[in-house]
Amino acid sequence: MSSTVETANAISPFEVQLAEEALDDLRRRLAATRWPSRELVPDRSQGVQLATLQALARYWADDYDLRRVETRLNALPQFRTTIDGVAIHFLHVRSPHVNALPLIITHGWPGSVIELLEVVGPLTDPTSHGGRAEDAFDLVVPSVPGYGFSGEPAELGWDPGRTATAWAELMRRLGYTRYVAQGGDVGAVITDAMGRQGPQGLAGIHTNLLVTMLAGGTAPPPNPTPEERAALDALASFRATGFGYFLEQATRPQTIGYALLDSPVALAGWMLDHDTDSYYKIARAFVDGQPVGNLTRDHLLDNITLYWLTGTGASAARSYWEGGRAAAMAAGQPPPEVRIPVGFTTFPDEIFAAPRSWVEQLYPNVIYFHEADRGGHFAAWEEPQLFSEELRAGFRPLR
Amino acid sequence: MSVDTARNADAVVRPFQVDIPEEAIVELRRRITAWRPPEREPVDDQSQGVQLATVQDLADYWATAYDWRRCEAKLNALPQFLTEIDGLDVHFIHVRSPHVNALPLIVSHGWPGSIIEQLKIIEPLTNPTDHGGSEADAFDVVIPSLPGYGFSGKPAVAGWGPDRIAGAWATLMQRLGYRRYVAQGGDWGTAISAALARQAPDGLLGIHVNFAQMVPLEVLGHIRNAEPAPAGLSDAEQRAYEQVTFATFRRGYGVIQGTRPQTIGYSLADTPVGLAAWLLDHDTTSYQHLAQLFAGQPFGAITRDDVLDNTSLYWFTNTATSAARLYWEQGRAGGNFYATADLSFPAAVTVFPEEYVQAPRSWTEQAYHNLIYFNQAERGGHFAAWEQPQLFAEELRAAFRTLR
Repeated sequence: MSSTVETANAISPFEVQLAEEALDDLRRRLAATRWPSRELVPDRSQGVQLATLQALARYWADDYDLRRVETRLNALPQFRTTIDGVAIHFLHVRSPHVNALPLIITHGWPGSVIELLEVVGPLTDPTSHGGRAEDAFDLVVPSVPGYGFSGEPAELGWDPGRTATAWAELMRRLGYTRYVAQGGDVGAVITDAMGRQGPQGLAGIHTNLLVTMLAGGTAPPPNPTPEERAALDALASFRATGFGYFLEQATRPQTIGYALLDSPVALAGWMLDHDTDSYYKIARAFVDGQPVGNLTRDHLLDNITLYWLTGTGASAARSYWEGGRAAAMAAGQPPPEVRIPVGFTTFPDEIFAAPRSWVEQLYPNVIYFHEADRGGHFAAWEEPQLFSEELRAGFRPLR
Repeated sequence: MSVDTARNADAVVRPFQVDIPEEAIVELRRRITAWRPPEREPVDDQSQGVQLATVQDLADYWATAYDWRRCEAKLNALPQFLTEIDGLDVHFIHVRSPHVNALPLIVSHGWPGSIIEQLKIIEPLTNPTDHGGSEADAFDVVIPSLPGYGFSGKPAVAGWGPDRIAGAWATLMQRLGYRRYVAQGGDWGTAISAALARQAPDGLLGIHVNFAQMVPLEVLGHIRNAEPAPAGLSDAEQRAYEQVTFATFRRGYGVIQGTRPQTIGYSLADTPVGLAAWLLDHDTTSYQHLAQLFAGQPFGAITRDDVLDNTSLYWFTNTATSAARLYWEQGRAGGNFYATADLSFPAAVTVFPEEYVQAPRSWTEQAYHNLIYFNQAERGGHFAAWEQPQLFAEELRAAFRTLR
């Protein structure tokens, strides 16, 4: 660690402390919720359904323990350190096993460190979770700037590339000289950027979302195979009907931010409406009491409550604006290649199931590709055991 | 509609007065005061959306100085009615001119507007001799609230897009006994007026729009596929090409309302400040003008109170979600709002200089095959009737003169 340069690079232990009045205020707002009229369709085609959100609000107000976020996070070693002017919050769990491989995992939107809590055990303590000592990781799980307990950048320019640079500095500050990185969603964008920057010590990356295809930055190959055709169709459908939140956050994060900070139900509705598969899984948890995998009511509300209590709806949305701005400024200039080894897992219920051919077209040095049996956009959250097994397998060649 | 003639009860036109309960007003103030603001945007302009300073000024004024009862009195000073059409209560203002032979006119508002946008044109249109016109310029004016907006009913079934609304308007004018009339609109009102012209109901003489739907289909194809503009565009066409491209790809509210009206609806129903910000963020130019009102800068005839009358109307009627669904209806119907109207019916167009798409005359003439009037006004933007009521009324007089 960096005890010799304490002033600049100090790493302070961190604990979540929630003020009772903030919890009272949340309860008050939930009780005072004013609802719109019911949607006119029997499915999600007009957005989050009234019955789903009312079931969520009922559970949130009546049954959910608002201190769960505090209890769960404080059960893990948490720290803050200032990098490039922004306070970075992170979980840091070392494995009991020697020779564990250091791994930095980055969450996405509408996620947070909460979506990664259930992989902490399987990754750091594999022998208790179906693995072997040589599968062990030392785990670093940071909150992206603007999310959770990380600081909100007060200046422009915190695009995924800058966060990637900050992550390399974080790993350096923690004394890790050889490590790997992983991410899905926004975390995949940041991890991909780390791969392109190739900082000293980064031995390889693994992602579970093929981000450049999602952004439309890569031309699809001609004469698609049936698998590629299916992925193209899923992408087209996402762009046609599932892209609104992305566009709004990329262009008007402040405008949507007013509602996300002022109404817990508005925030929950906005966060539930990510992709079709995860929406229906979440709706099942709240309406039918039938969670899919680990996407339980409590876990889902842990994440939403974290956004609410930290008041980060607007600042998290702003990361999309930064991403859009960075993409516009880089227009026409291809980013540097990812030269280091890359692993990729396709989860079948992701926005689109990336075919191996696309992954290999995008990354010249693919050391691992696998199609998992189950899981969707929030793979780590939904299927933590399966996800952990993917990471063990994905990084095994790099140990 | 055939049901209307069969069942007399449906055809009843009932007088209507606005009367918002006091507790709703108290509750609105309570919510504004309990507002939890986000951090300030890290930019010095509107490039991340509605700016915090504007919303703070708006919220302060709304909670402490704004008087809804003044708006209510203004509305109740006008003859207002409800009538059921096609299963839905339609609210409308109906002001007859003191002059005989006035031309009946139905004016449709858009989003994020309401009948509040049109209040200032009622006098110049119905009573032209007091407002720089002659008797021959007089209109009888009908201003309905769109289905799902204001005091009209909220559709409980899908399908209330511009076509069905236009059908209801024809029934309304017929029910009011008008046998010759004209129609007008901008924003959604332009799509509704064009739909009405396509249906060409008995009695409709022509339409006037202040937002021309005129982009040729092949040009729209270039925009959709993010291709460069086709070769050979004039300067005016090139500008419109760029404006429509921006409107297609950079306007989150349109995409959200077109695909996820229910999701954004939870915000708009539960937080008045969230609603106010959402309604302010329409197009760059109008936003900048409306925002400056709260910093004390005038904007044509529009005042802070006007903006908050409109916002409060959305709030008290809890209609932001049902209003947003109109975008979804358009998306479902598969139409493109900017595509050529391809209309043979008599149509008049005014282009206001600060509208977010400036319709070139060339494309407008191709889109409206029977263009009876075209003018580029000197002042005014997206909310032209609200901002420049006198000029707007003069445009309508000139546009419809040949149809009298």
